[in-house]
Amino acid sequence: MSALLSVQGLTAGYGGVPIIEDIDLDVAEHEIAVIIGPNGAGKSTLLKTVFALTSRISGSVKFIDRDITALKTAQLVPLGISAVPQSRNVFPTLSVDENLDVGTYAAPPGDKQAVRETVLELFPDLKDKLDQPAGELSGGQRQMVAMGRALMSEPKLLLLDEPTAGLSPAYLEIIFDLLLDIRKRGVTILMVEQNAKQALRIADTGHVLVSGKNFVSGTGEALLADDAVRRSFLGGAAT
Amino acid sequence: MIDFINLYLVPGLTIGSVYALGAVGISMIFGILRFAHFAHGDLMTIGAYGVLTAVWFIPLHPLLLLPFGMALAIVAALAVDQFFYKPLRKLPTIYTVIASFGVALIFRSLAQLFWSSGNQVFIPGVRPPLVLFDTFRISALHAQAIILTVVIAVALHFFLTRSKLGRAMRAVSDEPELAAVAGLDTERVVRWTWVIGAALAATAGVFAGMDTSMHPNLGWNLLLAMFAAAVLGGIGKPMGAIAGGLIIGIAEETATYTWLSDEPLISPSYKSAVAFFIMVALLLFRPQGLFKGRLL
Amino acid sequence: MELTGLFFYLVSVLIAGGIYAVLCLALNVQWGMGGLFNAGIAGFFAVGAYASAIVTTAVSERHLGGFDLPIPFGLAAAMLVAGVTGWAVAKICVRLKSDYLAMASVGIAEILRLVIVNESWLTNGSLGISGVPRPFGDMVRGREADLLYLAMVWLCVLCVYILCQRLYVSPWGRTLRAIRDNEDSARAAGKDVDWFRLQTFVIGCAIMGLAGGLSAHYFKFLSPSATEPLLVTFLVWVMLMAGGSGNNRGAIIGALAIWLLWSATEIFTNRLPPEWITRSSYIRMLFVGLLLQFVLQRFRSGLIPEKSPEIRSD
Repeated sequence: MSALLSVQGLTAGYGGVPIIEDIDLDVAEHEIAVIIGPNGAGKSTLLKTVFALTSRISGSVKFIDRDITALKTAQLVPLGISAVPQSRNVFPTLSVDENLDVGTYAAPPGDKQAVRETVLELFPDLKDKLDQPAGELSGGQRQMVAMGRALMSEPKLLLLDEPTAGLSPAYLEIIFDLLLDIRKRGVTILMVEQNAKQALRIADTGHVLVSGKNFVSGTGEALLADDAVRRSFLGGAAT
Repeated sequence: MIDFINLYLVPGLTIGSVYALGAVGISMIFGILRFAHFAHGDLMTIGAYGVLTAVWFIPLHPLLLLPFGMALAIVAALAVDQFFYKPLRKLPTIYTVIASFGVALIFRSLAQLFWSSGNQVFIPGVRPPLVLFDTFRISALHAQAIILTVVIAVALHFFLTRSKLGRAMRAVSDEPELAAVAGLDTERVVRWTWVIGAALAATAGVFAGMDTSMHPNLGWNLLLAMFAAAVLGGIGKPMGAIAGGLIIGIAEETATYTWLSDEPLISPSYKSAVAFFIMVALLLFRPQGLFKGRLL
Repeated sequence: MELTGLFFYLVSVLIAGGIYAVLCLALNVQWGMGGLFNAGIAGFFAVGAYASAIVTTAVSERHLGGFDLPIPFGLAAAMLVAGVTGWAVAKICVRLKSDYLAMASVGIAEILRLVIVNESWLTNGSLGISGVPRPFGDMVRGREADLLYLAMVWLCVLCVYILCQRLYVSPWGRTLRAIRDNEDSARAAGKDVDWFRLQTFVIGCAIMGLAGGLSAHYFKFLSPSATEPLLVTFLVWVMLMAGGSGNNRGAIIGALAIWLLWSATEIFTNRLPPEWITRSSYIRMLFVGLLLQFVLQRFRSGLIPEKSPEIRSD
């Protein structure tokens, strides 16, 4: 099976200064792929580069065998890629319902109502908050609105930048369960996570990024078992 | 009491309607492009002259010829955005503020060049006011201005909350980066912002020009009050700007009423200072305005 | 005759150019060093002009004073009154962020104009103040007086330049630029940002007042309609942007260059067909408006750019 997303020799950064260098990375269909690594390793930059939000210097990005290296963000959404930024990821003065609606604007044509039903099934908590401005919700609920908005365009690939940042441990569990649920519905997930250990437990593959370079890739289980990875990035011995 | 309504409240609502329609554009542009558009008053002037020119050729009521003024203002706004503002988008917004200051001068000199630097009127002659309930007097123009503003406010509300484009505008105003991530075409939103802002500016300009007379400084003289209205309503809140405009208009007019003694509370010649003080007080003590607008 | 005529035309251009250079230096203190947007330059200019005129004219029933004092007192009063006005304004407005300050400054200019037009006990209203003396007016007359005045104006330019240059390189100036470039880190470093801004605004306004005084004594007459306030303010902005904001020499060069250009367009527009002559000033305004757009897009650092690296983060 060929990869859904295939990144080859990608170098990118801001203002011509490279932050990630020569990254190779494949994401297979229907998997959860997690990018972990220390602060400043360029994890978010990699995600943003896939989504055409930074300036690419060299390398290529393929999505379902199509070269999308030169495409802009607005062109990627209709192709089936959505993203949720780490912060400021909802429209605060728009109601929850409107936030979800905005998610459909760049989507390929389809049954919006059915998608909305599905999204609300995934996030039942949002059902009685539909008319509230998203800015008034709690952090965890905002994250749900953000993910819901991203799912409204019926993506094949969902990019998540630290979906659990700033959330309580209880919410962390909820979000991770949701990710498994989302994958079950046929959406592939590529995400950056600080809570490496928990993330690798639900992940099919993991990629460890160090100083802008791809240090090691493997299945989630393999990385959890890897001594070097555990010592350096997972904080201690295996449990 | 009836004098207060006829001579202060109704004129206040009328000029307030002008401010409201102008301030909507200022507030939307501030929300979406994040700069104070100093040429907005002069955009009103251009739109009003468009209607004035149409009146010379087509013997219809000026308000029926509004589309001509709107079209001219829209073309002017889209042109200056394309040539003068867009190239500066990536710089700190204060450069765009400076550019818009220059555009104000360009609009004004064009108005002086193509029309005239003197006063002109839309319809010559004096029309008697309508009299209702024996004592309530309102001129037809004032009634038209107030009614049309209410209609526009309602239409704008539905546009912003129900239509795809309106919601996209609010989304870009809320979080421009997230709007781009969601795949919205921000440049299209920007274009429509100018179209709506310019059309309403032309409408406001015609009312202002019909209420007094047409001259090239017409719009610039209203700019301060419209800024105040936009700040009062909360930056990026078009409906707030309408409320803000009406409040500023009423405040300016009623501030000259004989509240405390036989003397006007504020001399009519200092009327335009009222808007300034309301604006500064708000910026200092409640910069988000009455309706929770954005902060710079 | 032709040549002397041209010479004295040039003298008049240079006098006005010098006055604009003072204004431009003042704006450079506020915007170039302090990052404070002031769209009310003409207001402080007018305050200075009226202050100097009232102090130096002969006693009159039509307006306050005059106090018939020597011209240096007039210029000092111009700076003082404009500075105090600036202080009152800054006290309220200086905390406002860039665009808000810009909006407020339009209002300030409008209020100053209203005061000048309406308070006729102070300013003789729209009729204006006449008989403003020229320095050494009883000794030299006519064209020689213009030459003398030219020297005086440029002496003022030199003094203001030296003052601004001192300010720029002083620790005070460094702090100011630090605030301009990154307000938050300057605040974090314990600088009283508002106090620095207030000082900057007041110094700039005082210098604008000086320019106003110089102009009053040059034209010997002033009234609310004598100058188009928006045009003065606007020209000064174009001058500073073209000359290089943040650089004092750039401010002077920019003022001279734009003023020469402005004056040259007058020669050009005078050759237009008669039906266009009456509209020539509008064509010139249009031209300056377009010139600003060009400068902003293609020539942002100006003729003499500021030397220290410019990192804006506003």
